[in-house]
Amino acid sequence: MAHSVNFDLTADHMEAGLESPADEEGVHDSFNQLIEDQRQEALELQELQRDLDEEERDSVAYLSSPGQEIWRGSPGRGEEEGGGQLDPLLEERWSSATLKVLSSMPSRTIGRSRGAIISQYYNRTMKLRRRRQSRPSIKDFSRSARPSIRGYGMETDCMETEGVDEEGRKRDQLVNNLQNLSLSDRVRMLRAMPLSVAEKSELRRLADRKGRRSNHSQIPCCSQLKYHIIIALRHSWYSCLSFLHSLQLWQVALKRVSGRFGTGVLSYFLFVKTLLFFNIFLFLVTGLLLAVPQAVHPPTLTQGHEAFSGLELLTGGGYFSDSVMYYGYYSNSTLSKDCRVTSSSMEQQPSPSVSRRTMETDCGVKPSYNMPLAYFFTIGLAFFITCIILVYSMSKSFGQSFRIDKSHGILAMKVFCSWDFKVIKKTSVKLRSENICIQLRELLEETSRKHVQKTACQRIGRVLVHVLAWFICIGSTVACVLALYYFSEYMHKDLQYRSRIPTKDPLLKEASLLALPVVVSLINLLLPGIFNATAWMEEYDSPSVNTYIAISRNLMLKVSVLVVLCFHWLGRIASDPHSIGLQCWESFVGQELYRFLLMDFIFTILDTFFGEFLWRLFSQRVLKRKRKPVFDISRNVLELIYGQTLAWLGVLFTPLLPAVQIIKLLLLFYMKQTSVMMNCQSPRKPYRASQMSTIFITLLCCPSFLGAAVCVSYTMWSIRPSESCGPFRSLSTMFQSGKLWVKELETHNPNLAWLAWAHSYIVENPLFLFLAAGIFLIVIYFNTQVVDGQRKIISLLQEQIENEGEDKKFLITRLQAIHQQKRPLSPRRLTSQASQDSNC
Amino acid sequence: MGTTASQLRKDLLSEYQELTFLTKQEIILAHKRFSELLSKEDRNVPTPRVPMEKVLSLPELKSNPFRKRICHVFSTSDMKDGSLTFEDFLDLLSAFSDSATLEIKSHYAFRIFDFDDDGTLDGGDLEKLVNCLTGETDDTRLTTEEMRQLISNILEESDIDKDGTVNLSEFQHVISRSPDFVSSFKIVL
Repeated sequence: MAHSVNFDLTADHMEAGLESPADEEGVHDSFNQLIEDQRQEALELQELQRDLDEEERDSVAYLSSPGQEIWRGSPGRGEEEGGGQLDPLLEERWSSATLKVLSSMPSRTIGRSRGAIISQYYNRTMKLRRRRQSRPSIKDFSRSARPSIRGYGMETDCMETEGVDEEGRKRDQLVNNLQNLSLSDRVRMLRAMPLSVAEKSELRRLADRKGRRSNHSQIPCCSQLKYHIIIALRHSWYSCLSFLHSLQLWQVALKRVSGRFGTGVLSYFLFVKTLLFFNIFLFLVTGLLLAVPQAVHPPTLTQGHEAFSGLELLTGGGYFSDSVMYYGYYSNSTLSKDCRVTSSSMEQQPSPSVSRRTMETDCGVKPSYNMPLAYFFTIGLAFFITCIILVYSMSKSFGQSFRIDKSHGILAMKVFCSWDFKVIKKTSVKLRSENICIQLRELLEETSRKHVQKTACQRIGRVLVHVLAWFICIGSTVACVLALYYFSEYMHKDLQYRSRIPTKDPLLKEASLLALPVVVSLINLLLPGIFNATAWMEEYDSPSVNTYIAISRNLMLKVSVLVVLCFHWLGRIASDPHSIGLQCWESFVGQELYRFLLMDFIFTILDTFFGEFLWRLFSQRVLKRKRKPVFDISRNVLELIYGQTLAWLGVLFTPLLPAVQIIKLLLLFYMKQTSVMMNCQSPRKPYRASQMSTIFITLLCCPSFLGAAVCVSYTMWSIRPSESCGPFRSLSTMFQSGKLWVKELETHNPNLAWLAWAHSYIVENPLFLFLAAGIFLIVIYFNTQVVDGQRKIISLLQEQIENEGEDKKFLITRLQAIHQQKRPLSPRRLTSQASQDSNC
Repeated sequence: MGTTASQLRKDLLSEYQELTFLTKQEIILAHKRFSELLSKEDRNVPTPRVPMEKVLSLPELKSNPFRKRICHVFSTSDMKDGSLTFEDFLDLLSAFSDSATLEIKSHYAFRIFDFDDDGTLDGGDLEKLVNCLTGETDDTRLTTEEMRQLISNILEESDIDKDGTVNLSEFQHVISRSPDFVSSFKIVL
């Protein structure tokens, strides 16, 4: 940065290395031209002469509001850039004319004046029009109306009258442009302008009026009709939108929660809402395609219904076991309506491709509904669509929370974006500002001494604590999982024993089934407490690391518990159902899942009651502490994910399990909402809501949904279904139903042989899977390359912006120099420059 | 415009619907809340203004540290007293609504944070902003040294063209990297 303060005196020496004196002259000339261009130049110069003495005060008043001196003193960083060159544009003592130019630079007016906004949008409408290639071309406008740098630069606040003129002209051009846009574009553009409603409506009125005046003669009546139709459609669209808006679930409740706790706790409730929608979808699919058709055609039951005893609500067995709820109830035949069959050959013809999965109401054509096929495809379809929705929302959320450009800027982000405008409660506001203060201080400390050396002893001690904490966590998890394994084995043996000796008390047998779910739920309740205690013991630097570690520990526990349970169900029970006297192991597993889901819910209620309500009372009344417990978002969300995994696992065996989950989630929402409002205080830790919700949706997708899908497909592909119940009896695997159907299709209709061919090659041949995976990987690879390229371009552009900034500084310094040459230097200035010279 | 206190004219309603990000229900609700703020004699004036003190008594704004700036930014009053007409009030709600774009939100956020209305965030603005965030009590206020360091760090991070101030596009650049901004820059009636 050679062009520092003093170059008007020693310019030739300073710049000698860069450009020849001749060039120097050229630069001066062009500058003079530039200044000549400005119409107020003469005026300014006069003003300059007059203001000479006031100048100092003037510029200081403009530049420094109180308190600015604090940061203008030399910060540590300034020195390494060389001689306090931090903000040359601010540190200079500019003449008032330069200041005027500075303050009317487009980058500074855009945030302030209306005219700049109008001209910005004018440029934007221009672009839009050019893209759409609408009729009037750019040459229809006067020269000055074309988008150019000059368009902005003329705006100066000091010249009031001229500014107004300028604005009026700009506005006319904008109106002109707006009326050439299509109606919807115009509305969208107007809505997106940061102007007041009055100005926008004025603009719209002008645009409409002008448009009508000019268009009336040319436009035929059919276009007017179109215009009216568009307006009518738009109105109906608006009313439709506002109707949808009024449908939004739990809006008031969510507002109250966010008003008090901010975005973090809100994300938990939004997650509940998301899960609810997933389950409603699942319920609709299974209910409409499986339960309703089966309920309309009930199979003949071998034995009558058992009496309702009340325990069934907990165990899911007994009265419920022979109902539409479980797998065993569904028949393996083709359900057919008794109606006037026109031709028997037609009826035997299986339904071709598309409509095979749907219930046929048109009984003249196809009155049959193939239940095994429907079962197979419904479950497959439901899982497939859920997978697509999950992956889509996951990728969307990733795109929002992890941008390509991963540069620093935490402090700026914290200051500009950390205020939650939704928080309206006074105490919460206070707490929030305290939080922000603490975070800012921590961040400052982090940035100021990033490399603080800790003593070796401290570091070793720290590592030891971490190792100990992990040891405790892993040890307790392993112990619990082992205990669970042996306990489930014991329960299994107990069941075998009981099945051999007919017990007198069937209720006791039913109740003993509840032991395993209770144990699992207890583990799920108690172990996170131990994890929290160990996390309290070890201190992590940042709270986000703390959260991640808590999540990973809880996840480890839940995954291993579920693995043991899946082994218990699919390995022990499904492989040898006769040893425990089961006719239908699928129904039994379905009941187990129902029990687990219910127990999980009951324990959540207990946890809410004891852990939040009673604990709050205890700590407030007995310990006399003012603090309330903090709502642990990550643990609660992980519990939700666990419950959802159970629901997905159970859909195959209990098609109506989503309904149970829906009821559970509804109750949970209201319960947690009241509990949070009553018992909790807003979290002290900072919480990156969007990043966390990205992580939660990822967890929901990756271990939870994927695990459930793997289990379900394993069951379908390789476990033998029971022989006396369910839609797949008499088949060796569930998957065979599809195979058989394809074969049948081929024999009945040779035209569809390609389907069988495709089936045998695509579904049964692993080569296709490998190919698909390979293509998928290639696509991913390309995408990462594209992202990489974009990152490079971003860094190049950033460099360019910095260069432009340098140029700007350079130009402004030159401008200032010319101003100074045009008038005699004041003695004070001379002395100050002399002192600066001696510094250099 | 001829809004009487009791009812909103239908054509105005649809116009507001088109020009703001609000839905019909929200506009009607806003009108109701606004009419409650009006004093009796004001209701007969063609375009009544609610003084800033009254607007700030709304529970949604009452404890917001930026409440005065919000009023000043959205006020179209010539006296610069922060008083709001109904349309100003709608502008406010529209910028803070669910469906407003990131661009609108960041524009108004910039204007709210630009305390001296000079079109850029300079050191003084940043200092006031940080003071608003941390609250006015002595134990939460940053010290002078901390403040100086914080501001120079912020400028270093966000001032891309290194002119010593943060202008609108630099501000929007920072905002665009913070996914939480859109969800937190919201006020719901």
